[in-house]
Amino acid sequence: MTVPGISADALRPHAEDAFADELKALAAADDRPRPERWRLSPWAVATYLLGGTLPDGTVITPKYVGPRRVVEVAVTTLATDRALLLLGVPGTAKTWVSEHLAAAVSGDSTLLVQGTAGTAEEAIRYGWDYARLLAHGPSREALVPSPVMRAMAQGMTARVEELTRIPADVQDTLITVLSEKTLPIPELGEEVQAVRGFNLIATANDRDRGVNELSSALRRRFNTVVLPLPATPEDEVDIVARRVDQLGRSLDLPGVPDGTDEIRRVVTVFRELRDGVTADGRTKLKSPSGTLSTAEAISVVTGGLALAAHFGDGVLRAGDVAAGILGAVVRDPVADRLVWQEYLETVVRERDGWKDFYRACREVSV
Amino acid sequence: MSRPALLGVRHHGPGSARAVVSALGQCAPSAVLIEGPPEADAIVHLAADEGMRPPVALLAHAADDPGRAAFWPLAAFSPEWAAIRWALAHDVPVRFIDLPAAHSLAAAGGPGAETDAPGGGASHPAPRLDPLAALAAAAGYDDPERWWEDAVEHRRGGPADGDALAPFAAVADAMGELRTGFAEVGTDGPLADRDGIREAYMRLKLREAQKEFGDAVAVVCGAWHVPALAAKRTVAADRQVLKGLPKVKAEISWVPWTHRRLSRHSGYGAGITSPGWYGHLFHAPDRPVERWLTDVARLLREEDFPVSSAHVIEAVRLAETLAAMRGRPLAGLAETVDAVRAVMCDGSDVPLALVRDRLVVGDVLGEVPASAPATPLQRDLARLQRTLRLKPEAAFRDCEFDLRKDTDAARSRLLHRLRLLGVDWGEPMRSRGGLGTFRESWRLCWEPELAVRIAEAGAWGTTVEGAATARAEALAREADALADITALAERCLLAGLDGALPAVMRALADRAALDTDVGHLARALPALVRSVRYGDVRRTGTTALAEVAAGIAERIFVGLPAACAGLDTDAAAEMRGHTDAVHQAVSLLAETETGDRAGDEAEANTTPGIRQRWSAVLRILAGRDGLPGGIRGRAARLLLDDGRLTDDRAARLMGLALSAGTAPADAAAWIEGFVGSGGSGGMLLVHDERLLTLVDTWLTGVPPDAFTDVLPLLRRTFSAFEPGVRRTLGELVRRGGASATGAAAPGEAPLDEERAAAVLPTMRLLLGMAETAETHGHAQGAA
Repeated sequence: MTVPGISADALRPHAEDAFADELKALAAADDRPRPERWRLSPWAVATYLLGGTLPDGTVITPKYVGPRRVVEVAVTTLATDRALLLLGVPGTAKTWVSEHLAAAVSGDSTLLVQGTAGTAEEAIRYGWDYARLLAHGPSREALVPSPVMRAMAQGMTARVEELTRIPADVQDTLITVLSEKTLPIPELGEEVQAVRGFNLIATANDRDRGVNELSSALRRRFNTVVLPLPATPEDEVDIVARRVDQLGRSLDLPGVPDGTDEIRRVVTVFRELRDGVTADGRTKLKSPSGTLSTAEAISVVTGGLALAAHFGDGVLRAGDVAAGILGAVVRDPVADRLVWQEYLETVVRERDGWKDFYRACREVSV
Repeated sequence: MSRPALLGVRHHGPGSARAVVSALGQCAPSAVLIEGPPEADAIVHLAADEGMRPPVALLAHAADDPGRAAFWPLAAFSPEWAAIRWALAHDVPVRFIDLPAAHSLAAAGGPGAETDAPGGGASHPAPRLDPLAALAAAAGYDDPERWWEDAVEHRRGGPADGDALAPFAAVADAMGELRTGFAEVGTDGPLADRDGIREAYMRLKLREAQKEFGDAVAVVCGAWHVPALAAKRTVAADRQVLKGLPKVKAEISWVPWTHRRLSRHSGYGAGITSPGWYGHLFHAPDRPVERWLTDVARLLREEDFPVSSAHVIEAVRLAETLAAMRGRPLAGLAETVDAVRAVMCDGSDVPLALVRDRLVVGDVLGEVPASAPATPLQRDLARLQRTLRLKPEAAFRDCEFDLRKDTDAARSRLLHRLRLLGVDWGEPMRSRGGLGTFRESWRLCWEPELAVRIAEAGAWGTTVEGAATARAEALAREADALADITALAERCLLAGLDGALPAVMRALADRAALDTDVGHLARALPALVRSVRYGDVRRTGTTALAEVAAGIAERIFVGLPAACAGLDTDAAAEMRGHTDAVHQAVSLLAETETGDRAGDEAEANTTPGIRQRWSAVLRILAGRDGLPGGIRGRAARLLLDDGRLTDDRAARLMGLALSAGTAPADAAAWIEGFVGSGGSGGMLLVHDERLLTLVDTWLTGVPPDAFTDVLPLLRRTFSAFEPGVRRTLGELVRRGGASATGAAAPGEAPLDEERAAAVLPTMRLLLGMAETAETHGHAQGAA
């Protein structure tokens, strides 16, 4: 796909560029009422994320595989001018969803503030062009607006990534923006008022909530949507297999014949330990302290593939993934090791066809 | 109004209930006919009683077999209930017109009848093919419940001057279309069999009522039946269908019901997932969504979640926008739940579960006036008291049961079951005849308030066994501590409640899996293993129990070494006790397990038996430095007794534990663990002089100032030996001790085969013939 003005060499094009065709087709087919300054109606935004086929035959690829409810609540939240907070463990596509929502609603996913421990107030409010400030004194020209400020002025969707990593006092800058919908500039005695269509999507990792917990005043400004982990083992195996395949190709790993069985096993182990219950739902388990997200399962399998390709016989075997799984599960050397051994002895040992895996795990565990 | 008004409803639909009331008000019928068992005609007047509070249920059961029962649950928002209350308030006669319970109970037969309220109570008229699903699919809905809500339930009241009967006509038309559709598919559809019979009976009753009260009667029945009631059939044809139906004597009564039981999750479900929500829709005069979300906010506030009015406002906005986006006329349960989750619960499902439990389902408990007929549980108890000749008497009476006799065993089971139900008629006493497994002593005393308890227990089931099973399952779900559940498992075995065991076992396994304290697990295991053995004696199925016990043992194996590290003296002593208890339990468990393990010898390398795994754990305990001496000593001793540790190894372990590098106190603890807390410890020292030498050498080497520290411990250890053993030990040591006689240590003397063989016949007699081979095997294995 070539889009004017976009370098074909971009390692990763923006969502609104990569899926420009789909957005255009949706806008053409969309006859439902649109909130002011929205490119699409809420219904069309939901379709863009969840996929579907338009009356004219255009196929919209699904951007998010997961419960419909999640996307509907997210889109509706934006339509009610409440800010949206996407929560989830790492690897649940929070950033991905927020980017596509912004692209579909405002046609621009680049009004982005990346939250870090060093994010300062200027990144959320505005900064100054100091050369101009010193030469001409404070003026609108000397002011460098933040992405949030620009979104307010133009009625667009702003995005804040990793909100909980931002220091608490800086986070609270957002309260005025979200409740008063205005950003005062005391230096100039002015303010920027948000125009209709402005909204904000924030993402945060709910496993390290403790880092900079949102103040309740700020929390109250958000509707919270938790992005769940894949619902069924099939979904997860599918996601892992596809992603591993892509990664393997981009890392130039030698091709390895079908390792679906081993992938299924990794996914099963991860799911069982994460959910604290065996796949047949009959035995409860203790959960380790790690997150065991799908993203980690992907890296375990990728690592296993590299082992198999470079040092093994080219087939992904239990021994290749065992060490990786151990590393992912045992984060706390004492408590997690107990959890893992208990899992090995009570679940893995008895399971049909898992003898090789049990032995491989015993070898690396001792 | 000349024709009967046929009001087709969805059972337990609040919208239907509203519509029925306004329709009845409009057509003012001369009688109200309701889909339900005609036996209930006699007790329907109780519905207007002061003491009657829905949800309640009509309960019909076979007179001679209370276990065969059917329920027709009615909530405040059920159209049937609304119609009954309307009729009673307006002095209009009420008749039930469904097939009599006498027939349906006879036809349903079997034990399965209990869980399936025949037709009348079930919300889906056709379990195999759901007609509503077909209608909903035609309207583009994937969920039939939601379609019905949108199309019927959420149409509130309608304009005051409108025709209250119009919606019913529309529903009847739709159902007519559907039934034709199904009829074309084949006669094997929902029209067949039971429905056909029931509808024939309803038509007959309808005709009867028209004769008695004139044409202006109203019928409240499932929407599905409306076309059948309107159809023209001859009386003769209907009679033909009903000919030769089996029949039993049925009794009927009102019983209190709960919202939880109306919901789909539990047995006897009426098929609605959200009785609390329906109740709210029925009772809320206006603004159902706003009122509902305010209730949710109040609940969350009571549970200390910070929820303000601003939250409610935002939740209402979100719910309504969601409904608009999903194309629904009014925000329904799904929208409000989504809104509550996103706005009030920070996206978390934990507080939401609370909302679901308390509000969406709800805790409402019905009441039935005292004048209602006796419940089947009371009758079942009376019947059991008769057959077991166990009369309720107010005076204390002591009984002794011999459990080998069937009647006594049944009596014991009955009393245990009643105790589970909170009816403490009998109190178990310590048996006078000692600890025999086959004797049980009880003190019986029937107090009047026990009758009340029985009535309360009626909510659990219709028979003593069924109710006790249900109660045990509920207790298992609620219990927190592991020990509580093991105790419950024992009670279930005593009460012979095999049905409850799976649920109890499950709870037990779950709790054990999450318990991180090895001490708890170790405490639970012996009782559990006892139960396994006990169940074997009584021939109750205890496979599940054995499996759970094995699982717990496994968890102990994994956790024990770590749990033994870093303990103080008292904790170490406690853990030593646990180790002993687990050891015994494992031996017992291994015996019950041998049966299925024997065949697996080929796999013995990869999956060793439970005994081998336990020995591996003991070996770790015995060999790991840093663990308390008492535990290490005990582990070594247990291994030695089992023949899993050669004398040489034992001597080496002792040598290590008692060498100069070890703190004297720790060494003394080791000795206590090794020879203490068992009568045979001293004998070991008497007969294995190498061990004695080690102890002797160590003791003489203890520095004077440390000696006073270890003395109390040693004195405690050695004073537990028999006087004879102590004397022999003393003599051995005085004789110059072990070192002098060391050369003659037992292992080294050549064995006189002939003399040894002379002992064997006696040994065989003592041990029992069969075990000789095994003993040999062990001896060889150990050597």
